[in-house]
Amino acid sequence: MNIGERIGLSLGKPTRNAFGEALRDLADEFPKLVVVDADVGNSTRTQWFGEANPDRFFQVGIAESNMVSMAAGLAATGRQALCSSFAAFLTANAFDQIRMSVGFPRANVKLVGSHAGISIGEDGPSQMGIEDLALMRAVPNLTVLCPADAHAAAVMTRQMLEHEGPVYMRTGRPKAPLVHPESPDLRLGRAAQLREGGDVTLIACGLMVAMALEAAEDLSADGIEARVIDMHTIKPLDEAAVIAASRETGAIVTAEEHLVQGGLGEAVAGCTAANAPCPVRRIGVQDTFAESGKPAELLEKYGLSAAAIVAAAREAMALR
Amino acid sequence: MPQTNGAAPETARLEEIRKRLAIWSIRMTTKAASGHPSSCLSASHLVTALYFGDIMRYDAANPDWPQRDRFVLSKGHAAPILYAALAEAGTIEENRLMSLREIGSALEGHPNTRRLPGVEASTGSLGQGLSISLGMAMGQRLDGAGARTFVVMGDGEVDEGQVWEAVMAGAKYGVDNLIAMVDRNDFQQMGAADSVLPLDPMALKFAAFGWRVMDIDGHDWKAVLGALREAKVADGRPTLIVAHTKKGYGVTRILEDPGNKFHGVPLSPDEAETAIQEIENA
Ligand SMILES: Cc1ncc(C[n+]2csc(CCOP(=O)(O)OP(=O)(O)O)c2C)c(N)n1
Ligand SMILES: [Mg+2]
Repeated sequence: MNIGERIGLSLGKPTRNAFGEALRDLADEFPKLVVVDADVGNSTRTQWFGEANPDRFFQVGIAESNMVSMAAGLAATGRQALCSSFAAFLTANAFDQIRMSVGFPRANVKLVGSHAGISIGEDGPSQMGIEDLALMRAVPNLTVLCPADAHAAAVMTRQMLEHEGPVYMRTGRPKAPLVHPESPDLRLGRAAQLREGGDVTLIACGLMVAMALEAAEDLSADGIEARVIDMHTIKPLDEAAVIAASRETGAIVTAEEHLVQGGLGEAVAGCTAANAPCPVRRIGVQDTFAESGKPAELLEKYGLSAAAIVAAAREAMALR
Repeated sequence: MPQTNGAAPETARLEEIRKRLAIWSIRMTTKAASGHPSSCLSASHLVTALYFGDIMRYDAANPDWPQRDRFVLSKGHAAPILYAALAEAGTIEENRLMSLREIGSALEGHPNTRRLPGVEASTGSLGQGLSISLGMAMGQRLDGAGARTFVVMGDGEVDEGQVWEAVMAGAKYGVDNLIAMVDRNDFQQMGAADSVLPLDPMALKFAAFGWRVMDIDGHDWKAVLGALREAKVADGRPTLIVAHTKKGYGVTRILEDPGNKFHGVPLSPDEAETAIQEIENA
């Protein structure tokens, strides 16, 4: 996969690795941090924290529900409890525990779902988290994060730990193109604008940010200047940035490695509909389960491509 | 100053307190015209013993005291008896009790830890309290102050798979400051627990999972206090007390039909008066 290569982006680490390294490196700075795993720490990368801090790492087996409620109990004794699994298993298998043990009491629990999206590739649909953003957005009190690259993931891991209260962060399996410099100045809840433009706005998260930048280059070659926003915080949404995009560019395309139901696209469309209506085209997985395949093949087949974003931008502009 | 509550308990004193909590549970749910009085009554000895039988170490005036023992009412639908105990202890004002389930009242239908002091966990979705308690007990161990977590589950609640996930994890980590009780009243929402989903031999199942198990009459003061005191002597394993109880204990009207007719059904005002007299005269 070489997303962003033709516009000069270099490939960084997977966001799950950047998260795992940051978590390990932050252990001393956050002495109240404990980590609970459900037998996938070598996939989610919390294992690296566990190897360095065995007394602060609990392995509870393939039991996501218990893991989440137990983390809430640990948090109730004044700790920050981070628990992690594949995004699909964590958010779907333990949804009621996230709702009742974490969200409702505003427990200081950090939930990290790895293997988000279809770019995990060959393992196929059972392992693909494509509904996690919708589920996590639907829990009051939760902050929902989706870093675009390794640099963002490292910074946002720290910010997640600094934040008092429940947070969900999704990470990805493949190496991700770097769209941010090292230690980017990102703030939870504040959109990061990566490119200025007045004709259309591309609002993306995760791996799709790099594709949005590619699409912006292609549009620019045709004289269309696209604003590109990395919406790394899905909730609370930076509504001011969305409203400004609607007012100043009049057309929006969203792009996410998630179902079009309930994720970034619907959050943005809900915001514009209420505050500053404009056409919003949503790039994402279109109400279907995906399949096994190579990551690049899957992204192409399921309509997650720079070409799809370009086409959607033209459509949105035509509707304006 | 934090201290244990009272000296060696005298069962007559405890029985007086238990009756007050039972009567409150009936009055509150009858006034609210909804709620689960029969589920409160079966747990009345357990809850009374924990708070007033010199079992838990807590400071009623300072419910957030970090070194306190904690109590999680995992069967959150029995909230009224927890609220009555908190009022009896002095953590909340008694004159709030009759606001149960009213809009604006922190005494919600199920416990809300963010709204009411002394409530350790928000429960109501059955099956999560044991995991939460396990996490608390592990946190207390990391704190190193010797505090314990006590939790009461319903017997029907033990149907939940999450309970058994927690049972395995608790055994793995030898969390011996975790003391769980099952209010084994033999009924759940749709009728007899045995007909809904057979759980026997319950004590043996927990024992096979590596827990220290006690099987007691949950309405016998000596048995309840004895088991809880013994459970406080740590032996490297979490403890489960199967407390055999009666759903609607002390109220003939409910005991005649403890099945689904009296799960989650308050007594009418007339039935409540009769029941209260029956409890007072017992
Ligand atoms: C996860 C979940 N499913 C269903 C319910 C609805 N419900 C409330 S009480 C109850 C029966 C509980 O029986 P038991 O645990 O034996 O408690 P008891 O009232 O007998 O003490 C049910 C099914 C619930 N609160 N939570
Ligand atoms: Mg029962």
